[in-house]
Amino acid sequence: MNYQQKQYEYRKKLLAMYYNANAGHIGCSLSCIDILIALFELKSGDERVILSKGHAAAALYTMLNETGEISDETLSTFYKNGTKLSAHPSANFFTNIPFALGSLGHGLPIGCGIAYANKLTNNKENIFILMSDGETNEGTTWEAAHFAVAKKLDNLIVVIDKNKLQGFGYTKDVLGDTAEIGKWKSIGFDAIEEDGHDVEKLIKSINHLKSNKNRLPKLIIANTIKGKGVDYMENKLEWHYLPMDIEMYNRALISIENNYNA
Amino acid sequence: MRSKFSKKVQDILSADSKTVFITGDLGYNALEAIQATAKERFINAGVAEQNMVGVAAGLAYKDFETFVYSIAPFAVYRCLEQIKIDVCIHNLPVYIVGNGGGYGYGIMGATHHAIEDIGCLSTLPNITCWVPAFSEDVDYCLDQIITQKKPAYLRLGLGKSYQVKFDIAAINHIVKADIPEITIIALGPVVHNAIEAIGENNNIDLFTILSVPIIEMNEKLLKSISQARKVIVIEEHVERGGLGEHILSLLAKRNIHLLKFLSLHAKGYPSKLYGSQAFHQKESGLDAENIKKEISQLLLS
Repeated sequence: MNYQQKQYEYRKKLLAMYYNANAGHIGCSLSCIDILIALFELKSGDERVILSKGHAAAALYTMLNETGEISDETLSTFYKNGTKLSAHPSANFFTNIPFALGSLGHGLPIGCGIAYANKLTNNKENIFILMSDGETNEGTTWEAAHFAVAKKLDNLIVVIDKNKLQGFGYTKDVLGDTAEIGKWKSIGFDAIEEDGHDVEKLIKSINHLKSNKNRLPKLIIANTIKGKGVDYMENKLEWHYLPMDIEMYNRALISIENNYNA
Repeated sequence: MRSKFSKKVQDILSADSKTVFITGDLGYNALEAIQATAKERFINAGVAEQNMVGVAAGLAYKDFETFVYSIAPFAVYRCLEQIKIDVCIHNLPVYIVGNGGGYGYGIMGATHHAIEDIGCLSTLPNITCWVPAFSEDVDYCLDQIITQKKPAYLRLGLGKSYQVKFDIAAINHIVKADIPEITIIALGPVVHNAIEAIGENNNIDLFTILSVPIIEMNEKLLKSISQARKVIVIEEHVERGGLGEHILSLLAKRNIHLLKFLSLHAKGYPSKLYGSQAFHQKESGLDAENIKKEISQLLLS
């Protein structure tokens, strides 16, 4: 499958999950699914991607279904009573979901600990942290960011899914742009911006950053669109929350067909 | 206790290269030896307690046992969610160390007191709270913590030494009555006030409990309670979520009925004024004089 086919197939799969579950957070998953495709392409078997924006769990479950770690049968239990696939990732079930996440601001500190441990053991693995831009409001994000710089964690690769919308408004209207690249550069991150929906470019940029063994932690600000690929969801706050009815679901399928499979 | 702690942790870090020590920018004149021993396994995480617990969880995921040190209130309340989610839910070997539990930091004021720490932490999954009463208990608690390799909280205070060699366990029989008329159970160094209050009385049993939740009930303690049927629990912790409630619940489950139960506990700031640890103990009725008075009344009732 080429990247565009993956972008189509994975979107189709996660839309079906959300429709069957009658669940929200669709926009959040659509904004980061392309980043996840890139990160899973890049990471080695023992490296981990930590989805700090746990509300996009369905996107992660989709990835792990594609890699074979989550079976179709398990995937079909998403949101149901007795499931291992809660709306935010639960701990202790899957190798590639090492931590329960969903309360924002937890992933980066944990990532710093993993990166520090790898340094202590001379383990060359990287740790990838996928955060939301709203999450950069959290104080722990900045505690951890300064820790990463001070401890020279150049094996820490942070991706911010910058879709410019957060829980109850545009990020610029809430606390301002806390995911602004200058802020991260000024404290010492090796930071770049990239189109968060161009898988090829993301891979190239992250690979480039990875090769900089300059003792600086890495950051990719991935500029994204909330709801990307489903035209009527794009840049709409309500798609942080709303589930789809059958008519919306059919329109969503047509939209991704036109955008990725025409 | 802090010097005992420092020495023991130094030994642990020397013996095990997969142990890390993180401090939240505290430990002047106490942790320097640990720092020298552990080198890059000693991390000053700065004044950023929430992050340091998350970092500890990340390290523990990569097979490092991790001590996280601050003064008790900062180590517990500031990062309660990180302790709950990052550490306890994943059952990781992260050991939170809070110095100066209770009113330990005395005149430093309410920001520096931790009188609800056990209540907050003991409700979380997988964690055990360890509260040494005598300074030698610190080694015992640390041995238990590193043997169990699961989430732990160690509350340090100012404990005196045992006067005779003592075989320390999770529940300790400190003062032995000929025939017990009252059983006193103490949590932490406030036990020393109880010892002073008991004085020459030969009808009072005194026990310390070092872990909450109680891992295993001790037969001697149960026997004492069953004989005396008058129990005093003394703790530098608020009533809610403290050792007293824990004991009552255990006794109720075992269908043990008491004639009298008295909880002597931290009452916050009754006069709204501040002072030393001893001042706050007195304000809460945890001083030796008040304990003595309570014992006399209970013996008569």
